[in-house]
Amino acid sequence: MWNNFKNCFIKDNPVFGLFLGMCSTLAVSSSLNNAVGMGVCVIIVLVLSNVIISAMRKIVPDEIRIPVFIVVIASLVTILQMVLHAFVADLYTSLGAFLSLIVVNCIILGRAEAFASKNGIVPSLVDGLGMGLGYTFSLVLIALIRQVISTWGISFYNPFNPAQMIFDIKLPMESLKVTLFSSSVGAFFTFAVLAAIFAKIKANGESKAKKEAAK
Amino acid sequence: MNLISMIFGAILTNNIILSKFLGICPFMGVSKNTKSAVGMGAAVLFVILASSVITYAVQYLILVPAGIEYMQLIAFILIIASFVQLVEMVLKKYSPSLYKSLGVYLPLITTNCAVLFVAQDNIAKAYTLLETVVNAIAVSVGFMLVLFLFSCIRERLDSADTLPSWKGNPVALIVAGLMALAFTGLAGIF
Repeated sequence: MWNNFKNCFIKDNPVFGLFLGMCSTLAVSSSLNNAVGMGVCVIIVLVLSNVIISAMRKIVPDEIRIPVFIVVIASLVTILQMVLHAFVADLYTSLGAFLSLIVVNCIILGRAEAFASKNGIVPSLVDGLGMGLGYTFSLVLIALIRQVISTWGISFYNPFNPAQMIFDIKLPMESLKVTLFSSSVGAFFTFAVLAAIFAKIKANGESKAKKEAAK
Repeated sequence: MNLISMIFGAILTNNIILSKFLGICPFMGVSKNTKSAVGMGAAVLFVILASSVITYAVQYLILVPAGIEYMQLIAFILIIASFVQLVEMVLKKYSPSLYKSLGVYLPLITTNCAVLFVAQDNIAKAYTLLETVVNAIAVSVGFMLVLFLFSCIRERLDSADTLPSWKGNPVALIVAGLMALAFTGLAGIF
């Protein structure tokens, strides 16, 4: 179970390894705050949906499982939306349409179908947490690179309480910044470079494993 | 005039894939050859158009009069899912050849975020029925155009000599970035 959890970060990373949930990754990674806020939302929905779906995996008939899963996920997202709207209105506006689009985020339905519908409650919970953290990790990585290049500095305030500044660093020589990286063009480029690096790490790991097996 | 600028905006400057990042999954998955890209584009056009009209009716005839707008998300995703299922069954019965050529991509339309986004966007922007129809068509034409162009490039990319770790998705994403750059240039025209 622990190994499974660890693999979610590099080897089976949902974003760079499995290419799931790319729409939201590209769209909300323009700033560190949105990335962390979105990551937390996805973790909450993923863990809860995995637990609920795994709890009812024995009573749901096979033919209608996808509609049932989607209704569970959509209800969770609706609840999350209401809670955020009431208590963290700032995050609610900055994530915008992508909050409700968590419903069609392939990671959530993918894990429900591939893992939670076949495993017990505790492993499903761990899987949801691992996949959610792996997603957040990739989101933060892209956001960090994009924010540094596009604003030549890095700032982060508590996404759940915008008045609370955590850190705000400015790099020297501000004229080096490339504002293009805050738009879609930079998102695609950053994603491509990171995906290539992850593929390289994965390939290195596999060839090492092969050599050890040959010995 | 308003409608015309809406059409050009949705197709070129605010393209759903390149500037709004929706429908990236089919964009990466189905773009390996031109034929399936066009088939996917046509199926998406049909589903977006039909589900936009139906969700429009459901929103203003059921959800608003009953005062249960908070059920929007659940209602819309169910409508889209059942609609995709319906299209699948009708095609299977009346046009098996088209059904076969679309294959696995047909059920995957349910999880295409562009469909849900357009349905919600129509309501959020308070479009009339005519605007809803025009917007749905324009957005899907934009989707189809980018998918087709991208698949043309990708067919050649497959035979290109790239580093092993860049092969496949990473290099395709670089191409997508360049396309997004070209489309941003069009923003100055309108």
